[in-house]
Parts: sequence; structure tokens; C-alpha cells
Amino acid sequence: MGVGSFFTGKLDEAIGWARKYSIFQYPFVTACCGMEYMATACSHYDVDRFGAGLPRFSPRQADVLFVVGTISHKMAPVLKRIYDQMCEPKWVVAFGVCTCTGGFYDNYATVQGIDTIIPVDVYIPGCPPRPESVIDGLMKLQDKIAAGAQRF
Amino acid sequence: MAERTTRELFLGDGAAVDGGSEHLHVNMGPAHPAMHGIIRIFAELDGETVVKAEVEIGYLHRAFEKDCEAGPYNHAIPFTDRLNYVSPLINNFGYASAVEKLLGIDITERCKYIRVVMSEISRICDHLTCVGASAMELGAFTVFLYMIKAREFLWELVEDVTGARLTISYGRVGGVKADLPEGFDAKVRNALVEVRQVLREVHTLLTGNRIFMDRMVGVGALSREETIAWGITGPLLRAAGVPFDVRRAQPYWAYDRVEFEIPLGKNGDNFDRYLVRMAEMEQSMRIVEQALAGMPGGAINVDDQGKPIDPAAYVDKGKQGKTEGLLLVPITLSPNLQGQDRGAQGRVNVRDKRVVLPPKEDTYGSIEGLMNHFMLVMDGYGIRPPAGEAYFAVEGANGELGFYVVSDGTDRPYRVRCRPPCLPPVAAIPRMIEGEMVADVVPTFGSVNMIGGELDR
Amino acid sequence: MDGQAILARLRARLGGRVLETHDFRGDHTAVVAREAILDALAFCRDDHGLAFDLLVDITAVDYLEFPGREDGPRFEVVYHLYATAHNHRVRLKVRVEEDDARVPTASGLWPIADWLEREVWDMFGIRFEGHPDLRRLLLYEEFVGHPLRKDYPINRRQPLIGPKV
Repeated sequence: MGVGSFFTGKLDEAIGWARKYSIFQYPFVTACCGMEYMATACSHYDVDRFGAGLPRFSPRQADVLFVVGTISHKMAPVLKRIYDQMCEPKWVVAFGVCTCTGGFYDNYATVQGIDTIIPVDVYIPGCPPRPESVIDGLMKLQDKIAAGAQRF
Repeated sequence: MAERTTRELFLGDGAAVDGGSEHLHVNMGPAHPAMHGIIRIFAELDGETVVKAEVEIGYLHRAFEKDCEAGPYNHAIPFTDRLNYVSPLINNFGYASAVEKLLGIDITERCKYIRVVMSEISRICDHLTCVGASAMELGAFTVFLYMIKAREFLWELVEDVTGARLTISYGRVGGVKADLPEGFDAKVRNALVEVRQVLREVHTLLTGNRIFMDRMVGVGALSREETIAWGITGPLLRAAGVPFDVRRAQPYWAYDRVEFEIPLGKNGDNFDRYLVRMAEMEQSMRIVEQALAGMPGGAINVDDQGKPIDPAAYVDKGKQGKTEGLLLVPITLSPNLQGQDRGAQGRVNVRDKRVVLPPKEDTYGSIEGLMNHFMLVMDGYGIRPPAGEAYFAVEGANGELGFYVVSDGTDRPYRVRCRPPCLPPVAAIPRMIEGEMVADVVPTFGSVNMIGGELDR
Repeated sequence: MDGQAILARLRARLGGRVLETHDFRGDHTAVVAREAILDALAFCRDDHGLAFDLLVDITAVDYLEFPGREDGPRFEVVYHLYATAHNHRVRLKVRVEEDDARVPTASGLWPIADWLEREVWDMFGIRFEGHPDLRRLLLYEEFVGHPLRKDYPINRRQPLIGPKV
């Protein structure tokens, strides 16, 4: 291990630290999980203390796509388009069991898990997940962001 | 070469021919910042004015009606939670009441009061979310935070009673899951104090606020006749001056025994809708206090015949066959745990063997109780209403929430139809925004309180 | 007005075109012949004694698998009406066969009937004649079939993108 990789390693850590504490999320809210998302984002279970308190309602300006709530087949192309419009580095959080596996909507209208359409980084199951679960998922996402090799 | 006007130079060839402008098509697509639900408003603009608008829904269609046909009657309860997910208790009880009407049974008095209390708490949560989200979309972010804070107090109450915050599955055909917990009265009193304080703060922030009023007064108005012609009920109809509230017009549960006013508006614009919702929250709190005071069955106390036994021990003895005298020994369970003992069961569930699970003393203590339990849970048996149809309307937070249930005599519903109260206002959105400016779409859409789960089912 | 009086008034107006009435569990219902449904709805709305100004709901039921009605008309279109002035309700029903699933549109009487009928078309495939724009409401145009019919399996997947899981 040479001197060079020591510096890039430290740089990676620093950038990872900066990226994990400044998450600009795109809350793609569709259904009931949106209520728990609102509860998590507001004062009682504050997400702002993790640096994730500023939602950006434009995919061009966001780095984490929170897919919150059931995705129907009618909505799926829209979701894919939003995901494609985001710039690297980007992460996806599947919030709620409808986005993880389709939930209990095993029918003609629901996508059985958004990982059939876009790659997912963190799955937060629950119907809806309690805010504590959401914060746990967010912290796991932060670990994932910080641990990877940072490209810029 | 023909002389090019400046206009043509900038707008391209042909722009000067009729001298007119071209309409701009703006798509407020299904993914948008408004926190109400996914909907697509395709507007044609002439400058800032909306000339024509078209609304497209269905982005959250989750096949509620088809799913309900798949399972026994009580299996539809979790699906109804997710209809109007901001006030799930009203949906639960509405569906359960429709099936009870089909069965022709009447629920216990205590259950009626419990349903009234929990429905009103749910209604307050819905109005808090609606007003909070609309205010946030107009820029009043603090109001949103305050309203969600107030909602947390109410959600703690709901969690105490049902075990969950949002998707509670509390209603059952024939009653509710379980009784209220101990000390519920005091908790409700404390929570309502907090909610009233938040509403006072929001009133000072919004009601006389020049910017809020400028954006909401006179915007999105519908006349009285038009509101009725569009099938709109609920706060939007009352804001237009029509005093139609299903709780008053065709009282159900215990609504004829509590006193409350029906706030009315005059102009049917967004500001009146906001005022109606704020006033309705206060009326809901009045109803909750009166219902808790008037609730029959009084304080929850343990049955005093003989020595009560711990439920786990009871079940063990029953399974081991040591049922000698077990039928008469009372269990002590926390009142809001399902799996009720005889005392609590009779208070909140109809004593009807064909509909409600027997109390645990009977299930584990006697063979008849065990068979009764089996017959209600086994496939093909269970709740079997007579063949026929019934429509039951409750006052949801957005208006008349109706459930039309058709039964064919088997244990599965043949058809369950939910009449969504927010479909008519959303259908009328083009009518409300045509002629207004594009910035007026936001407060109008906010005051309609579209809930995706209910709209698209 | 009393429920029975409402049904009597309908019968007086429509005569033999009211095929059946009942009031199971207190819901006064009239089954009306298809040719008379527009007349019936207009009468319900405009008559002063009835004054059903609020169209609450239009829906349909598929009686394909209903025990005892497998041979009869397959669909039933159901209208729920409410009068704000008199505080009474009525339900009107129209029976249609599967191969002739058409009903005249009520969107000339109430503007909300537009969307309610689009939903019935989407879910059941019943056409509404005279409807200004009869297309799907809740599902996408590429969807094939009408899902609330009893012969549509609940988990047949028709994704727009992604695998047929």
C-alpha cells in the first residue's frame, strides 16, 4: 500500500462523511407510507438531525430516492423515468413493504417490489414502518454511503 | 424577402400571422411536490390563466374491490384501512356497519360510543393533515410542523387503543377488536388540551393572515347548485352552504345522543373550506368529550365472581383437557388486547355466535365454544350474511363514505363497493381551476383533500 | 318522503317499466328497464316530491357466479341517489346482458356521472351511450380486459415495464 492510496482512502472517507450527512432526498410519496414519512420528517421524529431534512422535489437535485408507498403498474414508468433523471451518485430506499415486495397487494395492479424495475439500496419493511424503523433504515443507508468508494 | 417583425424573430415563423399567442401546455405530472397524492393535472395556459385542464387519476389503483372478494368478510378490514389512510378508523367502521346492516344485527351500546370516539379522533387527524399540508404548499411550513405535532398526540391515543398508529384494523363485523384501555379518559383529555393549543396557534398564524387570505379567498369557488350537481359532499359542500352531514341527516351509532354543530360556509371557496375544517375539528373534540362522558359500561373493572386466573394458565389447562369448572372461572386480560374474556367481550361485541368469535373462557373451557370458534374461522364457514345487498353511508372526513356490499350467502363478499368521497371533488377540479391562475391550482388542490388510496382504490 | 311512497311514485310514472322493487334492510330499490332508465333518473331529479339532486354513486355488479342468477342478465348497473332537501335515498338498478352491455349515459343530468361511468367502463366493460369521452379512468389504456368481471383472475399481470412477476 503506497502513500497514494492512503490519501485517496482518507479522501474517500471524508467525502463519504460529507455525503452521508447531507442527504437530499426525493420523497416519491404515493400512499399510506407517506403519512409515516411525514411523521418521521417532522418535529417529533426529526430526520433533520441526520442531515436529511431537506427534500428536493426535483430528481436533478436529489441524491436519494425514497420510494414511499405502493407503486402500481400505471406509475411504474414514471418511477423509472424519475430514477433515470437522477444524477450519480444516487441511492434508492424502498420504504414500506409495498415497495419491497408488493405488500399484500398480490393483484393485477401492483408492482411486486420496485427492485423489479430499479436497483434498491435499503429496504425498510413495515406497513407502514414505524418512524424508528425509518430512522434505522436511514442510518444503514448512511453507513452504506460512507463505506463505498466515492466517485466524483 | 418579407420583413421580419421582432415578434417573428423571437417566436419563429408564423407567429405574427394571426398576431395571437399560443397556449402553453403544462403537465403537473403524477410525481409532484404536493403531499396529497399522485394525480396528473394537464393544464393549458394562456399566460398565467388556466384555459383548460384535464385530470388523470388511477396512479394508486390497488384493486381494493377485487381483493375484498377474495377472502372472508373480516379479511377486508385491513384493505379498508388503506382506503382513506389518514382516517382509517372511519373506513373500518363504515365497512363493518355495512356488513352488519346486511346481517341485520345491531351492535352493543358501548361499541357504538367507542366507534364514535375513535371516528372523531380519526377525523381530527385527517383535518390536521389536510390543513397542514395545504398550508405547507402555500409556504406556511411552520403550520405543517405544528399540525403534525398535534397529530402525534392523537396517534399516541390511537396506538394505545388499537396497537398501531396508522393502519389499525380495529373494526370487526359485530363490534371492534377489543375494549378501550384503562386510563383512556385521562389520556384523551391531555391530548385534546394539546390539540386545542395547536389549533389556537394555527388560527393566529393563518386565519387573519393577509397572504393566506389573498391566496385562498375567492379561489376555487363552486356555487351551491354546482357542488350538488357534481356529487360533492362533506366539508366542500358545507363550505358552499348546504348543511348536509350524514351524522345529522341519518344518524348512526351514537351520533343522535351527542350534541354538535355543523359549521357552514357561504362562498364555497378555499378559505371557507379551511374555516369549515378548522371548526369541524373543534366540534369533533366536543363529540369525543361527550361520548366519553356518556359511555355505558363505565370504568373497566375486573369481573368479581370468583378468583380470576391468568390467561396463559387458563389456556394451558384447557389444552391439557383439565376443563373441570374452567368455564366459570373468569380470565383477567388487559381490556384492549384481543382474545377477550367474557366480561369485556359482551361489552363491545354483539353476542351473536354466527358473527363474533366466542370469549376465551368458552373457547378453551367447553367443546361448544371451541366448535363455535372453528366454525367462524374455517374456510367456507364463518360469517355468512343472507343473500342480498346493503348500502351504508358514514360521514368520512371528506364527505359521504358509502359501502355497498352484495352478498351471495357464502362466507365471501360477492361485491364490495366503496363510494369514495374525494372522487367528485377531484372530478370537479377542472371546473374549479378553469379561469383561475396557475398558482391557484395549488391551494385548490390542497383544499380538495384528495387521498390517493380512497380515490383510486 | 317515505320509501314506499318513493317507489309508488316511480311506478306511477314509469308503469310497467319498473320491473321489480324491494326494500331489503330498509334500502328502497327499483329495478328499471334499460329504455326507461334515463327517464327514471330525470324524473327522480326534477320531480319536486322526489328531488334527488345528489347522484351519490354509479356502480355495477357482475352476477356471473351468483348462485341462482347464472342464467339471467349478467350485469346490473346500480345508481344510488340522495335528496338534500327531503333527506331520502333510493337505489335504481338496470340489468344488462353480457353481449349487449350498453346503458344510456346520465352525464347529461349530473356532471359527476362522467367519471363514475368511465370507472364502470374501466372495471366492467359496460358502454354508456352518448358519453362524451368513454375511456379508462383508473387503469392505463394499454390494459386489456375489465378486471372486476368475475372471469378476470386477480393476479394476472400486465405490466407496462418490468417483468411479468
